[in-house]
Amino acid sequence: MLRRTRGGRSPSSTWAMIGRRLLALPVVLLAVAAFTFFLARVSPRDPVQSYATVQSTVRQQTAEEIAAAWGLNEPPHRQFLSWLGNLLRGDLGNSRLLGGQPVLDEIGARLLPSAVLVGAALLLVLVGGLLAGTAAAAFRDTWVDRAVRTLCYVNLAAPSFWIGLLMIWVFAIQLGWLPPGGMTDPRAVDPPLVDLRHLILPALTLAAAQHAWFTLYVRNTVLSVRQDDYVRFAEASGLGRGTVLFRHALPNALLPFLTLTGAHLAELIGGTVLAETIFGWPGVGQLAVQAALAADLPLLLAITLAGSVLVVLGNLTADVSYRIADPRVREPAL
Amino acid sequence: MPVGAAVAAGVLAVLVLGALIGPVLRPARVDLDRVYAAPSLAHPMGADGSGRDLLAMVLSAMRVSLVISVLAAAVAVAVGVTIGAVAGILGRWADALTMRFIDFMASQNHFLFAILLVVLFRPVLGGQGAVLLSVGLTHWTTVARIIRSELLSLRTRPFIAAAIGGGAGRWRLFRRHLLPHLAPATITAMILLVPHAIFHESGLSFLGLGLPAHRASLGNMLADSQHAIYAGAWWTVLYPGLVIFALAASVGTLGEWLRDRTQPRWRSELQL
Repeated sequence: MLRRTRGGRSPSSTWAMIGRRLLALPVVLLAVAAFTFFLARVSPRDPVQSYATVQSTVRQQTAEEIAAAWGLNEPPHRQFLSWLGNLLRGDLGNSRLLGGQPVLDEIGARLLPSAVLVGAALLLVLVGGLLAGTAAAAFRDTWVDRAVRTLCYVNLAAPSFWIGLLMIWVFAIQLGWLPPGGMTDPRAVDPPLVDLRHLILPALTLAAAQHAWFTLYVRNTVLSVRQDDYVRFAEASGLGRGTVLFRHALPNALLPFLTLTGAHLAELIGGTVLAETIFGWPGVGQLAVQAALAADLPLLLAITLAGSVLVVLGNLTADVSYRIADPRVREPAL
Repeated sequence: MPVGAAVAAGVLAVLVLGALIGPVLRPARVDLDRVYAAPSLAHPMGADGSGRDLLAMVLSAMRVSLVISVLAAAVAVAVGVTIGAVAGILGRWADALTMRFIDFMASQNHFLFAILLVVLFRPVLGGQGAVLLSVGLTHWTTVARIIRSELLSLRTRPFIAAAIGGGAGRWRLFRRHLLPHLAPATITAMILLVPHAIFHESGLSFLGLGLPAHRASLGNMLADSQHAIYAGAWWTVLYPGLVIFALAASVGTLGEWLRDRTQPRWRSELQL
């Protein structure tokens, strides 16, 4: 039986799944594009004004010239098609906030800091959640369990930006252990790409908003898997509690969390908006706030689109790795 | 009522009472002799950058934030019930299409999307209206799913067949026979959405994208405290956030208690 299952592993089916999902990607993106375009159309914001500065008013004639130059006087469906065409050619418009620079270049330049921050926070969530959740389950109903659960519930109800501000007060201002903001030390002669000391507080803030669901998930999964036959058999065979937990119970129990990670990536990316703003982290989230405050629509639309692409790709990656890690998902229904 | 829910009800009662009568008993006045005064007996939460008593500010901010969050949750529920009803009553292709749309919306990043909505609609709706709209249009998906599944299970019940047999039209069927059964689920979903709305209102205001800066909202107070903290005024950070925490935790706990009592099947659908 076991050999048959192993023999049924066909990498082609996984590839077919990836292919199908990648084919669906343009459809999803088209939906996002159409939806954002629709919103921008029904919104009362005048696209001509959004290319002028906030204070200045545009003369009627100039407004008509701008509208003609950008094709704003054409019917909506023509506008949408030409916008879509530009999108496909990688032209997302120019940003007023950045002095007429193409928005794609600026987003590209800020992707790395955001990716570093999201990666560090994800690592904190996964490792911290795994340790805390397993500890809470292993010492169920002791003070360890109660402490972990209390921390989770507190984090669910406390806004992450408040936690970030409190950490600035404690660790940066009172104790002076960590810098309160920025990505590198401005005084450094040859700053490293990523300064770990600068990364800690933003990553903790971002992780604070997300770790609770994962920790509680690990705790509940471990508790329920300990009732399963194969785990009880392993325990009855005389294996140590730690061996059973880490070698037998956890690997099986935690597979579905890969999918959950994909689903929560969207939240993590959204969290960068607040975390980057508090800590002056030069990433896409901070750019989104600047664009929003300056009502720079091309830039904001591009960031929203980029966020959607990342979320779709993240979900795809999670599903693929789930399939690779768990043979049961690949098998046709038994 | 378990202890947790009772404590939450008590905390919420105190907060709501404070929001109602606080601003009357303790009006906030600018006093430049008291700028960033530390907490004392006369001013238990200290003073802010204009020397206003922080307790008075927190009380009136709480009133604003509570009203906006409840309204925003109501908008989200209204959108969710409408879309869920379209899916659950029309069925077939309308259902399939709506479910695709719900999946699509639910997988998107709702905070970025909320920011986009605020920017697009603030010129006509004003800060407050834009917050209501953006929270409403980003938080309806769970409600729509719940309403749809409730409707799907209601449709198979004998009294619906009896009503159709009696000649009830679609609208009458919905209004007289389905809607009353949806009420408990709708109310519970709305209460569970209030903490989310509180986070979003405060988050957006914190970024300068929510309520206008002169309105005392908890998010605006925290936005001010971002600078005050470097002047050593830790109380301007601690107390507004603590109130958000207390509001979200007490409403959330009460909502979950209500959910476990009235909708035991939901456990996985809506989570704080």
